[in-house]
Amino acid sequence: MVGIVIVSHSSKIAEGARELAAQMCPGFEGIYAAGGMEDGSIGTDAIRIKTAIEAADSGDGVVILADLGSGILSTETAIDLLETGIDARIADAPIVEGAVVAAVQASVGSSIDEVISEAEQTRQQSKIS
Amino acid sequence: MASRVYDCLSKIGEKIIENKDFLTDLDREIGDADHGVNMARGFEGVMTKLTPDTEDIGAALKTTGMTLLSTVGGASGPLYGTAFMDSGKAMMGKTALDKDDMKAIFEAAIAGIQKRGKAERGEKTMLDALMPAYESYCAGIDAGKSLTEAMDDACRAANDGIEFTKTIRATKGRASYLGDRSIGHQDPGATSITMMLEVVSEFLKS
Repeated sequence: MVGIVIVSHSSKIAEGARELAAQMCPGFEGIYAAGGMEDGSIGTDAIRIKTAIEAADSGDGVVILADLGSGILSTETAIDLLETGIDARIADAPIVEGAVVAAVQASVGSSIDEVISEAEQTRQQSKIS
Repeated sequence: MASRVYDCLSKIGEKIIENKDFLTDLDREIGDADHGVNMARGFEGVMTKLTPDTEDIGAALKTTGMTLLSTVGGASGPLYGTAFMDSGKAMMGKTALDKDDMKAIFEAAIAGIQKRGKAERGEKTMLDALMPAYESYCAGIDAGKSLTEAMDDACRAANDGIEFTKTIRATKGRASYLGDRSIGHQDPGATSITMMLEVVSEFLKS
């Protein structure tokens, strides 16, 4: 199954989005949060993100949802630092909606391409119909 | 006795930590007021990770880069982290630095920052100090100047680069949200990279 990593400057945002996504797919263990710095400060940490990607991977790749600015730069750095051939990719999607949709797709056994495509479609969805 | 590379990186760290408030104030004008705080936290982390007996310049630069990645927190973390790590790759196994090594460090740092930040010159970033510094360095070396003379030229060009960043609007990073309001302010990243070059330049004379 595809793993999911949620990256945010805030550990609470990353952990909260992880919790929300996990609630949608009971039994799916492949969702990891990589938010904030080790000392609790606001920020992103490429090494923490790399560790989370490695933990989330079970051989089918990892989709990452990241917030703005250094969230993306640190995630790209983490992907470059992966020594093993993990297929890790960033979904260009809102972090909460993207994480929920990606987790649901991953939990039903979708491929990494499908997970990313579904997560990225959340960009277009209106929340108020 | 501590190694040369340890002493040099320590002096860079001291300079950044001394200028924490100054860099943060610059960032307050056009960014999110965290550049100095973040960079100081990063170099405090570096000082705990580097060992004084490390002679290998490449290994020391790599450790510096890896530590900055996980301690800075903002965009400067992956940008400076990549610059130091890629410079480290270029210097791996070396225990002394010559003219060609300095050129290789400039080139690896510029390429690393460009790869990570997808930035070009003229976008009000650290590249606006670092790229002219590199060109002046190379011109100096080509004209037969010594390493330290060419580094003096590089520092002058980097300072001119800081002045240039005051005249242009930011198109990268948080400052880009300000549009024309970013004009008139110097770029914090261009300032911190220039501080580092000045420390190296002075250190090489010692």
